[in-house]
Amino acid sequence: MNAGALITDESVALLEAIDLRKSFGPTPALDGAGLRMHAGEVVAVMGPSGSGKSTLLHCLAGILQPDSGQVLYRGAELSAMSDGVRSELRRTEFGFVFQFGQLVPELTSLENVALPLRLGGMRRKEAESRATEWLERLEVADVAAKRPGETSGGQGQRVAVARALVTGPKVVFADEPTGALDSLNGERVMQLLVAAAKDTNAAVVLVTHEPRVAAYSDREVVVRDGKSREVELAR
Amino acid sequence: MSIGLTLLGLLETGPRHGYDLKRAYDERFGHDRPLHYGQVYSTLSRLLRDGLVEVEGVEAGGGPDRKRYAITGAGVTDVHEWLATPEKPEPYLQNTLYTKVVLALLSGRAAAEVLDVQRSAHLRLMRELTRRKSGGDLADQLICDHALFHLEADLRWLELTTARLNQLAKEIRS
Ligand SMILES: Nc1ncnc2c1ncn2[C@@H]1O[C@H](COP(=O)(O)OP(=O)(O)OP(=O)(O)O)[C@@H](O)[C@H]1O
Ligand SMILES: [Mg+2]
Repeated sequence: MNAGALITDESVALLEAIDLRKSFGPTPALDGAGLRMHAGEVVAVMGPSGSGKSTLLHCLAGILQPDSGQVLYRGAELSAMSDGVRSELRRTEFGFVFQFGQLVPELTSLENVALPLRLGGMRRKEAESRATEWLERLEVADVAAKRPGETSGGQGQRVAVARALVTGPKVVFADEPTGALDSLNGERVMQLLVAAAKDTNAAVVLVTHEPRVAAYSDREVVVRDGKSREVELAR
Repeated sequence: MSIGLTLLGLLETGPRHGYDLKRAYDERFGHDRPLHYGQVYSTLSRLLRDGLVEVEGVEAGGGPDRKRYAITGAGVTDVHEWLATPEKPEPYLQNTLYTKVVLALLSGRAAAEVLDVQRSAHLRLMRELTRRKSGGDLADQLICDHALFHLEADLRWLELTTARLNQLAKEIRS
């Protein structure tokens, strides 16, 4: 997708989901969920297990196609794009951090972080020098030469955050990014993730059931039975 | 928290004027709630009366700030006992939120709304504490974490209750 097709007007939401419905069987996983995000915003998606949080995230990121409803990225509808264009969008504009199992086991931390840049056609030297910067920023430069199996969970998760951010994504999708970490490590990962996102004006969709992780967000959306809602408090 | 015992504990490191004592307290433990001078001097006069502190020196001039207070042996014993005695764990059985939820259910109001609004208010405070923690030193971090863990416990209860609302409604109305 070329950038010209994307609307960059500030008044248009960066990412917007309208009335999403998605079923995997008889019971709907999403039953009229929506969300609106602007650049630089960190939004926590909370709610009970099985309520549809991950399904919502996958639809927002164009990984899953909703049965009905719309997902608009800078005003362009994801479902109207070809698979190729959508994949390209995911690679260039989106970053992903999941709970675990996202790093390529055969590659070192450095190669893992450099991978998205290499896939974009960047030369090895340039890609690895950028990857090194991100590893340093995430305080894991010392595990650059290690493979995922040789690092701790906390280190691996920081490498994963570095990999998600190395391409300078506009939206970072994080599904329980601290789920496998103890609270001290989890908080550090959140601090680093949010700081990096704010620096680059990236939006973050943060799925979490942990209140102390959600506290790193700017606002929260609660998903329950496939429906999302925002609670507005009087100031 | 006992202000008297805390001031005594601070005096254990050396004699101080009332003003210094207030400043030391505010810096370490005051945070949102600094002590009033009146509080400091009334507490000190009580400690003096009970023989837990003594006036070590009085400088020329008038006013309460001329006195330097020092802890006595009896004062040290009290601090020692206080530190060695566990705080009574809070049972938290008096729960306003539970009461509100039950009343909402009894009156046919939206009980889920009561819980949602509370979650939002809790998260707002948690965000504020998280920001403060991120910019703070270790003392700030520990104090904010204490508050954050308590708020988190409340939130976990809110989630659990939200999930059991239908069941609770049935039991209450039966
Ligand atoms: N690929 C799938 N195939 C079949 N059912 C699915 C699939 N993905 C999700 N579901 C169902 O959709 C519902 C919502 O699932 P989802 O993973 O979005 O929940 P969640 O809120 O992320 O839960 P958790 O907090 O446990 O991760 C669940 O009932 C789940 O079983
Ligand atoms: Mg999930």
